Amino acid sequence: MSLIKTDNLPEHDDFYAELLATHKGLSEAESHALNARLILILANHIGERDVLSEAVALAREVD
Amino acid sequence: MSYDYQPFEYVAPPGLTAKEPQHKVIIVGAGPVGLAMAIELANHGVASVVLDDNNVVSVGSRAICWSKRSLEIFDRLGIGDKALAKGVTWKIGRTFHRDHEVFNFDLLPEEGHKMPAFVNLQQYYVEQYLVDRALEIDLIDLRFLNKVTAVEQAEDSAHVRIETPDGEYSLAADYLVACDGARSPVRSMLGLEFEGELFEEHFLIADIRTQGNFASERWFWFEPNFHPGQSALLHKQPDNIYRIDLQLGWETDPDEEKKPENVIPRIEKVLGHSDFELDWVSVYTFQCRRLRDFVHGRIAFAGDSAHVVSPFGARGGNSGLQDVDNLGWKLAAIVNRGASAGLLDSYNRERTHGADENLKNSSRTTRFMTPADGIERTFRDQVLKLAGKVPFARGWVNSGRLSAPCVYPSAAPDNIRLPAATRPGSVALDAPQGNGWLLQSLGGAPRLLAINCAAPDLGIDVVELAETPMVRARYLGDAPQALYLIRPDQVVSARWIETDKQAVQAAIDAMWEGRA
Ligand SMILES: Cc1cc2nc3c(=O)[nH]c(=O)nc-3n(C[C@H](O)[C@H](O)[C@H](O)COP(=O)(O)OP(=O)(O)OC[C@H]3O[C@@H](n4cnc5c(N)ncnc54)[C@H](O)[C@@H]3O)c2cc1C
Repeated sequence: MSLIKTDNLPEHDDFYAELLATHKGLSEAESHALNARLILILANHIGERDVLSEAVALAREVD
Repeated sequence: MSYDYQPFEYVAPPGLTAKEPQHKVIIVGAGPVGLAMAIELANHGVASVVLDDNNVVSVGSRAICWSKRSLEIFDRLGIGDKALAKGVTWKIGRTFHRDHEVFNFDLLPEEGHKMPAFVNLQQYYVEQYLVDRALEIDLIDLRFLNKVTAVEQAEDSAHVRIETPDGEYSLAADYLVACDGARSPVRSMLGLEFEGELFEEHFLIADIRTQGNFASERWFWFEPNFHPGQSALLHKQPDNIYRIDLQLGWETDPDEEKKPENVIPRIEKVLGHSDFELDWVSVYTFQCRRLRDFVHGRIAFAGDSAHVVSPFGARGGNSGLQDVDNLGWKLAAIVNRGASAGLLDSYNRERTHGADENLKNSSRTTRFMTPADGIERTFRDQVLKLAGKVPFARGWVNSGRLSAPCVYPSAAPDNIRLPAATRPGSVALDAPQGNGWLLQSLGGAPRLLAINCAAPDLGIDVVELAETPMVRARYLGDAPQALYLIRPDQVVSARWIETDKQAVQAAIDAMWEGRA
């Protein structure tokens, strides 16, 4: 499988709000740590090395 | 130190009084790799002169963990049973974060191998066994207190200058194998440099003797309560000796840290008591580096002279022995019967590949243990945190991915219906055979391994392996039969379900030319 680049998450506005809410009240360092955990958890869930490499490359390239 | 260091005898070499005829092979360095090299060459009928600047075995233990593959190689060198009998056999590793266990592994869950996954045995025992064995072999001329001070090479020979207690002399040989360790003087004399990383971290390595009763397991802690913020390792060796590694931080002073008054309190905290003696203490900074090429004309590098890794993964000595395994038969074929120099290229190609895998694994481990400040540390700490709660993250905790032989890249004949674990380029897997073991009957010569089929008569000894469930799992998969061509280093060279004489002959030719 390759990385999905079109809209794939129903109710993404909800998820976006949830993401912001979960960082609420955290220091910058705590937010970094939470993000790191989240990436690790999601990476394991996705479980496809190629997709992850594409995602990493895309994240890097967009900046 | 508790080990009884007996100096080996120095004998004035003949070259001091009259020029010696050109030798076949000179080996510089009588560490585990040089000694193993000499015995392996002798097993293939090649005489060598081994030069070492010292006259005792390794001072302090250094290597303790010897892998299954090393034990299999030791078996061929004639010290396997001795190493196995003396060593502490272990296969369980436990990793702790603070004071809870987050992860454990079992290295050899399968039956049907003569050798266990690992034994722990001090390097000085290994060297002693190898020296004892080498001294029994007429083809080996072992010269202690012979220090190589200069190296040169010509089109068809290598030349060294040697210093002894009685003065200097010179020697020449068809080939020279540099097994002179991480600081390799031969490497410097040829103006060659290591490439790679150095980790800015100090590790205290101590061997202690205690009557304590720790399991025969590898225990590794991240940020233990007894040594906050750092990592620690505890591992059992024979003679009630335990290896303790403590990460110290980069800002520490190695000479201060080595002093007993500083070491002892740290170890008391690990053990929770003071009923122990220090046997050996050293402070190290680790590197993951290698030479770009392991062969330069008539000179080949093997062991630490060619590559160095951090010890978390036990890939130093073990990979040096795999160099020996790979180089021995190739150099012997060249020296004995002028086989293709392509064999030396293949040594270079295969063992730089092996070194890269070892370097990659060791650097990743070292990086996990000593993350740079910032995001590297964040990710590392969060892996540890998750590992305490969620199963998936446990395997991500990296305290060492332990030495296993690499699979050499190969384009040789293969049939992918056969099991992946024995594909061309892999070390043949052991299995019980009759009253003994498959690897013992493969020995150190090329073989055709035939399972449920006849092997063509091509002047290569045939080993017939009876089908058992283990043999099916390791060598057949769902195929009814298979024929394997096995190299002298017990690496699978090519394999077929069905084939003909020409195809097998072509694979044999490729093997002797270093193409597979
Ligand atoms: C703390 C620590 C723990 C380790 N743990 C492990 C482990 O668990 N498992 C593992 O597999 N590996 C381990 N290693 C690595 C292992 O010790 C080395 O990889 C191994 O010693 C390499 O062997 P060698 O024969 O290539 O070199 P060395 O053992 O260094 O031998 C080189 C020899 O060359 C000789 N020499 C040097 N210069 C000259 C000269 N000019 N003339 C003649 N002779 C010369 C030296 O005297 C020496 O005898 C560890 C290392 C350290 C430091």
